[in-house]
Amino acid sequence: MAVLVIADHDNESLFDATHKTVTAAKAFGGDIDVLVAGKGSGAVAEAAAKIDGVRKVLHAESDTLEKQLAEAMEALIVPLMDGYDAIFAPATTMGKNCTPRIAAKLDVMQVSDITAIEGTDTFERPIYAGNAIMTVKSSDAKKVVTVRTTSFDAAGEGGSASVEAIDAPTGPFKSAFVEEKIVQSDRPELTSAKRVVSGGRALGSKDEFDRLIVPLADKLGAAVGASRAAVDAGYAPNDYQVGQTGKIVAPELYIAVGISGAIQHLAGMKDSKIIVAINKDEEAPIFQVADYGLVADLFNAVPELTEAL
Amino acid sequence: MKVLVPVKRVIDYNVKVRVKSDQTGVDLANVKMSMNPFDEIAVEEAVRLKEKGVVEEIVVVSIGPQQAQETLRTALAMGADRGILVKTDETVEPLNVAKILKGIVGEENPDLVILGKQAIDDDANQTGQMLAALLDWPQGTFASEVVIEDGKATVTREIDGGLQTLALQTPAIVTTDLRLNEPRYASLPNIMKAKKKPIDEKAPGDYGVDTAARLSVVKVTEPPEREAGEIVEDVSTLVSKLKSEGAL
Repeated sequence: MAVLVIADHDNESLFDATHKTVTAAKAFGGDIDVLVAGKGSGAVAEAAAKIDGVRKVLHAESDTLEKQLAEAMEALIVPLMDGYDAIFAPATTMGKNCTPRIAAKLDVMQVSDITAIEGTDTFERPIYAGNAIMTVKSSDAKKVVTVRTTSFDAAGEGGSASVEAIDAPTGPFKSAFVEEKIVQSDRPELTSAKRVVSGGRALGSKDEFDRLIVPLADKLGAAVGASRAAVDAGYAPNDYQVGQTGKIVAPELYIAVGISGAIQHLAGMKDSKIIVAINKDEEAPIFQVADYGLVADLFNAVPELTEAL
Repeated sequence: MKVLVPVKRVIDYNVKVRVKSDQTGVDLANVKMSMNPFDEIAVEEAVRLKEKGVVEEIVVVSIGPQQAQETLRTALAMGADRGILVKTDETVEPLNVAKILKGIVGEENPDLVILGKQAIDDDANQTGQMLAALLDWPQGTFASEVVIEDGKATVTREIDGGLQTLALQTPAIVTTDLRLNEPRYASLPNIMKAKKKPIDEKAPGDYGVDTAARLSVVKVTEPPEREAGEIVEDVSTLVSKLKSEGAL
């Protein structure tokens, strides 16, 4: 049996989501190959070859693969699948975008966002924003799976797989890359950060969000998150949103400031190891999942906490 | 230009879902059902394109039981022109939904299909991408902005870390993210008008699609509950608790 893991990366570094997907593939079983598709991504392929448990790295380079757009990824991966029994991709925006396209071409019903594996055809996945867990058994000959990365530990280093260059599809494709606005930050990336500080609507404005949440996160070396309400109100950018429809996080420490704890938000953070909630409303649902709750006015409590660290 | 918008009838997003005690699924009896919120955003986007004069006709389709007709009426009240109900009492998986939609695209020849990025019941996030693959069309998923000009769709997408803009040849597939727009409420006159708009009734078999499921449900269970924590007095107690747990 053999599994193809799709690497997520930005042509410079290999994202941790890939290591976690390799761990999920190990639980599935069989030989594990990692596909690195990109442009100028040699260092990424070398990094993938060092992941423990990887048999071989397939490396495809071209202009059309630079941004891992869905059409080019489909054209690259579908022909490779003759040699594999399963494809595992991280449930990042790359994986969510590309993988169902490949599944449809293979006439396979994809299993999305798995959180556990019970054998080679049975998987657990959350439904209804994590309010229920469904165990499904796939009858398809090949399995197409995306992996919720917070549910699996990252595979370690120590491997020395070979890197094999493969041909890239030449197109033409019906979609073209125009531009990208990626937020440059020295902060840890939200989904893989060990600590996350998130702000909610109670902050009242973008100025207050920046004045209170950012220094606390800096003090902790934490990533910054936000509730959907805070993002919708413009206090924080889209990609800060933690929740079922935003980012799923599971850090060692999650501090929720002025977040009431809508089901949608809880679905995105309730697997965090330690949850701290600061809210002046003692009835807020966030306290039902918090390990430590502080019923206080955040405008006093947050500066005091930042000072105390 | 013609737009097709598929809409799904799901448990209303404000309803707390309950897992059935026999672990076969969640309780759907006597629960409020509504249009999937991401699909509402898709309908709204189509209606805005029509208001801008870019789109002439909006066709909405729903695959589901007889009651899915109510979901279609909601979309018609928002401004869609006509509906297609593909009636089935089975649960239709995204792959089969995509196959049925492919059949409808073949008959209707839309220039654009706008879909919600995921349904809030199964959270699969697959149908739009699968339809794009089956049709060999380009896709702009998780859209936060859509501009149609000169037969091209320029789609800004929400991706990890920021935004990405793609130019798609039409016909194309777009799937909606939360911030694409804020759907309108239908006015009473529009709700009344929607009752007169036509809805065609079809069956999956009309498109040659067998809706047999590939994934069988072994069980559906409650997620593990977090143990209740403690309320701390003040900031200094919080800091010392976190320190003693090794979290700081």
